[in-house]
Amino acid sequence: MTSLRDRRGQRVVVTGLGATTPVGGTVPQTWETILAGQSGARTMDYDWVSKYELPVTFAATIKVPPGEVLTKVETRRLDPSSQYALIASREAWADAGQPEVDPERLGVVIGSGIGGVWTLLDQWDNLREKGPRRVYPLAVPMLMPNGPAAAVSLDLGARAGAHTPVSACASGAEGMGYAIEMIRTGRADIVVAGGTEAAVHPLPIAGFAAMQALSTRNDEPELASRPYDTARDGFVLGEGSALIVLESEEHAKARGARIYAELASVGMSSDAHHITAPEPEGAGASRAMVAAVERADLDLRDIIHINAHATSTPVGDIAEYNAIKRAFGDLTENLTVTATKSMTGHLLGAAGALEAVFTILSIYHRTVPATINLDNQDPQIPLNVVTGEHQTLPDGDIAALNNSFGFGGHNVALAFRSI
Amino acid sequence: MAQSEQEILAGLADIVNEETGLDTASVEMDKSFTDDLDIDSLSMMTIVVNAEEKFGVRIPDSEVKNLKTVRDAVTFINGAQS
Repeated sequence: MTSLRDRRGQRVVVTGLGATTPVGGTVPQTWETILAGQSGARTMDYDWVSKYELPVTFAATIKVPPGEVLTKVETRRLDPSSQYALIASREAWADAGQPEVDPERLGVVIGSGIGGVWTLLDQWDNLREKGPRRVYPLAVPMLMPNGPAAAVSLDLGARAGAHTPVSACASGAEGMGYAIEMIRTGRADIVVAGGTEAAVHPLPIAGFAAMQALSTRNDEPELASRPYDTARDGFVLGEGSALIVLESEEHAKARGARIYAELASVGMSSDAHHITAPEPEGAGASRAMVAAVERADLDLRDIIHINAHATSTPVGDIAEYNAIKRAFGDLTENLTVTATKSMTGHLLGAAGALEAVFTILSIYHRTVPATINLDNQDPQIPLNVVTGEHQTLPDGDIAALNNSFGFGGHNVALAFRSI
Repeated sequence: MAQSEQEILAGLADIVNEETGLDTASVEMDKSFTDDLDIDSLSMMTIVVNAEEKFGVRIPDSEVKNLKTVRDAVTFINGAQS
């Protein structure tokens, strides 16, 4: 074992991937579907959609219901946000080869934007309709936002620490950033990190709709998420979880693990501008991107690909472009950009984690999936966006960024590089 | 209307299975909830509340600690029904 000091420069590598998403129950299914350019948005057939007369009647709902994967007791005793995380963590762990690791050197970091909203409000209904005795004794551990991290740490026997960053739609990416620090400061050799969200529920839908953040293209769900398009009218709510196995390079190499890519650094900032609106010039988001590049000992010209946050809201997509331009200047032309939310919808606290998985796979397979529904690119956003066919990335050493921004002005950029 | 002890046992086994995933056949009269069936206090409270609804009885919180075995529960429910 190296000393704590020696670990400071330790490279952190990705050795396992797991996800359950609106376009697939696993990472391979999810990746195959987005390479095929297929949307996960669909009309919701839940009775509560008409019951509450919701103004938005579609979402990117989970492709494979957890009940098809988990036991009856697991689905009963875990909020859907924890169920998704458990499914993703088991896939990621198997994908990493079920590494042997000292439990006290195995950590878990799973961000969530909203937490156990289904449990919270189901149990509130129970209380009002049937009284306190009918509130499920596991209500509190199910609704707490750290429930998914706790459930996964129990499942894996992870004892180095289980943590839950909460920063709205940046939570999943922030989780990965926290995991880098756990490994570099010597707290863990392996960390399972990412995000989860299960908020396709009438209350968040009504709330997002009330702030006019959601697309109302009810007749054409698959065309609704259209980042950078002039006809974009808001985001499409999604759900699911994505988790990756992060490992010190030393540990990964010692066990002969397959390495997808290096998670080189995280850059973070906060806007302190407005509770929901992005700072229009992109100053804060730009600082996060530049910080990620610098902390990775990279140069801005080394970045050739960005998996953008690009939620398909009118102002958000422009603000991110302004931030990219501010950070990269003329080098913006070198960037191959994609907006995978056009297919997956917006997974809120899991979004950054899922898009990190896509960024990793883009580096590993040298393939950037196309953005769908981009018929007329907004002239205010002159980025090189991949459309139509997926695009091949060059051989050799390459690096990429994954952006995530959250309500509250949270900006997180992750830098990945090839191995 | 009162049910037989065997009917109550079968109903209780279904509740235990629903909450814990334990096979209904493992829920036998002489089994201890905690020592044999490994049911924790949170699950026990859920089982009690579901049993109240299923069997139409009231099981006071103060009584729950006395329900150590499956037979204790079946006997209590049987008595409360009659």
